[in-house]
Amino acid sequence: MHILVCIKQVPDTKIIKVNPKTNTLDRSSAPAILNPYDAHAVEEAVRLRKIYGGKVTVLSMGPPQARNAIRKCVEIGADEGILISDRRFAGADTLATSYALFKAVEKIQKTDGVDLILCGKHAIDGDTGQTGPGVARRLGIPPLTCVIRVEDVDVENRTLKVHRKVEEGYEVIASTLPSLLTVEKEINEVSWAPLPNMIRAARYEPSVWNVDDLDDVDIKQLGLKGSPTIVGKMWPPEKSKGAKMISGDPADQTVAVMKIFMKEQELFTKAGRKN
Amino acid sequence: MGDRFDVIVVGAGPAGTSCAYTAAKSGLNVLLIERGEYPGSKNVMGGILYRKQMEEIIPEFWKEAPLERPVVEQRFWFMDRESMVTSSYKGLEWGREPYNNFTVLRAKFDQWFASKAVEQGALLINETVVTECIVEDGRVVGVRTDRPDGDVYADVVVLADGVNSLLGKSLGFHKEWKPDEVALTVMEVMNLPKKTINERFNVEDNQGVSIEIFGDSTQGLLGTAFLYTNKDSLNIGVGTTLSGMIKKKLKPYHLLEYVKTHPMVKPYLEGGETAEYLAHLIPEGGYKSVPRLVGDGVVIVGDAAQFVNAIHREGSNMAMSSGKMAAEAIVRAKEIGDFTERTLDHYRKELYRSFVGKDLKKYKDVTHTFEDHPQYMADYIPMLNKAANKFFTVDGSPKKQKQSDIIKGFTKDKGKITVARDLIRAWKVMK
Ligand SMILES: Cc1cc2nc3c(=O)[nH]c(=O)nc-3n(C[C@H](O)[C@H](O)[C@H](O)COP(=O)(O)OP(=O)(O)OC[C@H]3O[C@@H](n4cnc5c(N)ncnc54)[C@H](O)[C@@H]3O)c2cc1C
Repeated sequence: MHILVCIKQVPDTKIIKVNPKTNTLDRSSAPAILNPYDAHAVEEAVRLRKIYGGKVTVLSMGPPQARNAIRKCVEIGADEGILISDRRFAGADTLATSYALFKAVEKIQKTDGVDLILCGKHAIDGDTGQTGPGVARRLGIPPLTCVIRVEDVDVENRTLKVHRKVEEGYEVIASTLPSLLTVEKEINEVSWAPLPNMIRAARYEPSVWNVDDLDDVDIKQLGLKGSPTIVGKMWPPEKSKGAKMISGDPADQTVAVMKIFMKEQELFTKAGRKN
Repeated sequence: MGDRFDVIVVGAGPAGTSCAYTAAKSGLNVLLIERGEYPGSKNVMGGILYRKQMEEIIPEFWKEAPLERPVVEQRFWFMDRESMVTSSYKGLEWGREPYNNFTVLRAKFDQWFASKAVEQGALLINETVVTECIVEDGRVVGVRTDRPDGDVYADVVVLADGVNSLLGKSLGFHKEWKPDEVALTVMEVMNLPKKTINERFNVEDNQGVSIEIFGDSTQGLLGTAFLYTNKDSLNIGVGTTLSGMIKKKLKPYHLLEYVKTHPMVKPYLEGGETAEYLAHLIPEGGYKSVPRLVGDGVVIVGDAAQFVNAIHREGSNMAMSSGKMAAEAIVRAKEIGDFTERTLDHYRKELYRSFVGKDLKKYKDVTHTFEDHPQYMADYIPMLNKAANKFFTVDGSPKKQKQSDIIKGFTKDKGKITVARDLIRAWKVMK
């Protein structure tokens, strides 16, 4: 089974600074990391490969530095990595990105065939979650988002079952191969990479393709030109007020919590009893 | 059996990276293992990088390395509670090529330096802790890491794992350092606008100042405080021998707070925002504490070998030079295909022939002497301040009278003989 994982290098938004004037992210203020959801997608691909055999290839669009994100995937256990990198891709929104990735997948399919595509649920720098489904639609395969479990993959009969996280629990869906899944973090734990993977990753040079390496590309659909998204306004999210910390020994803490409940929920009060 | 390399270097600080760089450049197959998230992520230094030894590894590094400011002025403060006697040298030629030394932030510098070793062909692996050396028949043949399938083998293992060097200890090269063999240093990086720094320190954009502070900065303990200018931040720190802190029951962060709020220091820090707080040991045992340096298939470099000149706060340069010399000995060993202690001993010999060995030897008794004789820090610096005060206060008494009063002041409490003996002792250990 050939599993393809689409990954992205992102600034670590846990520590990134926001430019107070323009409200844009100051990308130089945070190190570039592999999008955390994508790490889980790679881990899942590696897990499936262990069961069903085959190969895991990662695919990314980004600047040359994104090779480091691909190396991170090799640490997790990916076999190969391909970076599509070209100035003509720059400034792409999710529509143009999914078009570029789609073109790369087409090319990979020609030589290798692709049985399953995995993506992270979303990238932590944009939080849109649109690129994966965009690729699926262009390929004409089912997009299954928010996946928390993959099971019963039947490579012969081209079927699989997934659990999708929904508001009040999960739903189980049967689908066909190839499908494109976007995964939640709870799908697995990214394992502590073994040393040989680390050494292989340090040595690894991903293949880098530019626009001309892809076939039948409509340049108008790439990069800034192919991106209809307009950013209307940007503002920083409101700072959460922060949780109230309750300390003391367990008995004190229980009393403090009960007091809050009794007050807020009006438990045991006249007003509360009426509800 | 895991992968095999010519050399495994443990630790991507200045010592390890210099070694990896030099060995890789000579065509050896090098694995550099670092426990931090990236090289420098855990490393601490006051911040003075010496041009000379760095240049011997990467010529004209200043053209691309992430440096803060070239130091054009070195100030020395001998500080009492409310006064100080200072001396300094400022030379604008230090602000031009080839420079003298630079302030650096290690998190940036180490990362860059390691990337240069990678360019030379070394393989760098981060977030991996070497837990022990693999020893077969008394020979080090590789290392074990904390990762699954974590064994990896090499002809030579270089221990560049810094001051604690648990690996050197586990091989029996040295014992746990005694509290008077290490200094505990704490420092803060404080953000301050470039313009403010320039005005406060009387410099221009690409000029830096280093200040070494003796005396009340350590409340009389053996040690120093320092204040260095980065581009748009300051490094302020203080360190004393661990034994001193234990004896005086001082907490390091209390001492740093004391320095930061000292009336001589405080105005320089006004408005600074603490960006980082760091604590680290510095090996200060000197010559007498240098452990065994070479074994079959193994050498030890940098802080792990106690290569620090505490008097001149030189550590990173000794680390680099020792790393480079180790690599050269390994290249030589590779040529003849013999990695026994006898061949690798070339490194030890070269090291003792170089400035590292010579400087360590020159100052071999300094720390121990000053540690045993606290009067230098505790008494003489206040006395110096009193003398200056007396001399420069215009109170109508003739200067001649003042001079004789000052000399009497010096000898009154201790007696002439004690003072003379102290002076001779200090001269002897420093000469
Ligand atoms: C506060 C302070 C101020 C200083 N100021 C100066 C100064 O101004 N100028 C100067 O020249 N020197 C200064 N020094 C000394 C200087 O920092 C050291 O001498 C120098 O860093 C030594 O380099 P090293 O490579 O031997 O060790 P380190 O820089 O400590 O590097 C050791 C590396 O090994 C890694 N490591 C350790 N154990 C393992 C393991 N088991 N597995 C994998 N990796 C491991 C560590 O993460 C680290 O990256 C100062 C030191 C301190 C603490």
